[in-house]
Amino acid sequence: MQTVTYQRASTVNEAIALLSDGGENARVLAGGTDIIVQARERARTVDSFVDIKHIPELMTFNYNTSDGLSVGAATPVYLLYNDNDIQTHYPALVEAITVIGGTAIQGRASLGGNLCNSSPAGDSLTSMMALGAIANIAGPNGERDVAVSEFFTGPGRNILDLGEFVVAISFATPPANSGAAWQRFIPRNEMDIAVVNCGSYVQLDGEIVTDARIALGAVAATPIMVPAAAEALIGRQITDETISAAAEASYEAATPIADMRGSVKQRKHLSKVLTQRTLDIAVERARG
Amino acid sequence: MARFVLKTNINGEEREFLADERDSLLDALRERAGLMGAKEGCNNGNCGACAVVLDGRLVNSCCVMAAEVDNSEITTIEGLAEPDSLHPLQETFLENAALQCGICTPGFLMSAKALLDSNPNPTEHEIRWWLAGNLCRCTGYDKIIRAVQDAAERINS
Ligand SMILES: Cc1cc2nc3c(=O)[nH]c(=O)nc-3n(C[C@H](O)[C@H](O)[C@H](O)COP(=O)(O)OP(=O)(O)OC[C@H]3O[C@@H](n4cnc5c(N)ncnc54)[C@H](O)[C@@H]3O)c2cc1C
Ligand code: FES
Ligand code: FES
Repeated sequence: MQTVTYQRASTVNEAIALLSDGGENARVLAGGTDIIVQARERARTVDSFVDIKHIPELMTFNYNTSDGLSVGAATPVYLLYNDNDIQTHYPALVEAITVIGGTAIQGRASLGGNLCNSSPAGDSLTSMMALGAIANIAGPNGERDVAVSEFFTGPGRNILDLGEFVVAISFATPPANSGAAWQRFIPRNEMDIAVVNCGSYVQLDGEIVTDARIALGAVAATPIMVPAAAEALIGRQITDETISAAAEASYEAATPIADMRGSVKQRKHLSKVLTQRTLDIAVERARG
Repeated sequence: MARFVLKTNINGEEREFLADERDSLLDALRERAGLMGAKEGCNNGNCGACAVVLDGRLVNSCCVMAAEVDNSEITTIEGLAEPDSLHPLQETFLENAALQCGICTPGFLMSAKALLDSNPNPTEHEIRWWLAGNLCRCTGYDKIIRAVQDAAERINS
């Protein structure tokens, strides 16, 4: 391990001060499942860890029908997927966070950590994007809200400025007749990085699609929204043909690289298949 | 502070010892507290050999900084057995020959214990899914799964 100092913040303002004073190499420490390994393997230079887990609002979550769901950024995901309200209203989020690592990783890993690690393959990211989630950010110049879909600027990079960190992630209450689903493809059943992952959301009025969002992961330098897939659905009847057209749009939108996990051809194909499969489930859920 | 005094409760005992700010919890347990039960398999979160229970949650101690656990409660493999008897999981691991080299065993035992504490009657699928973060290069897993099933039966009877 490189030489690091460890600092505990107990309020949001204290964390902002520690991060601002610490400069570029002061890193937020949430569950540590990415950053501790990266610091040890010197994949990232870290001079100081700013532990945000002792800020009470970072470690809780709240759901009610008028405001929706707000998740403290450092809350370990196992608390989320064990919650009845989250299981009932946000199954697409549960689908993503139950496959992040194994049990011991899920005891620590957080949505904020997955977001700010900003891997193109991060599993909760495409789920949050399909659900229209918003990152609530605090920093030296005050607070701001940024859609998760606008958060990433490159592999491992995002829009956070010096001294800023994510306090919470908010999700609107799912509208009536809406549904969402998330899936990934990996060669084994668990404990692997997605070859492709995909989140889909639809809202229906009868059989007509009134709103849709499709997000793909591990097919570009950042997770991406596929507006053309949404356009293939919105205003149209939900049929196998419209779903196929949306899946085709995902195929076109995917611009993956080839690596040891998958070829370009396979990733493009998977983009199409996962779009179709998640849309089928999202539609089923929207119909209730 | 490069060196600091770490105060924790380990296996029910209040402990105070010097640790380094660079130490992971695994480093601190093995090198500072003299508890060699948790093993270093990968040091990157993938193998589960270093699993311990931290404030009631199963974690990989290589992915926790020692400085984080000040005033926490930790249970390690050394705290699993009773003073004069093994934990049922330890018995059934022995009976089923669920270990060969044994490097993975402390992690499997801690993880399996956390499973049975939260779900006393798991299905085979639930056991395999729960233990997915524990790797074993020797046994082929089946004997481990059987040992956990036997332990669940023994605890429930
Ligand atoms: C064995 C193993 C398996 C894994 N499997 C998966 C998987 O299947 N899918 C997957 O997506 N990921 C996986 N991961 C990666 C990791 O567990 C997740 O990305 C996790 O969500 C990170 O959360 P954390 O709280 O541990 O983040 P940390 O490691 O604490 O932080 C991650 C990064 O984000 C920054 N950060 C954290 N919180 C904030 C915040 N609130 N504001 C600003 N910056 C912040 C940190 O400074 C750091 O750069 C795996 C990791 C391991 C070790
Ligand atoms: S040594 Fe910690 S998970 Fe392998
Ligand atoms: S017994 Fe050798 S790794 Fe499991």
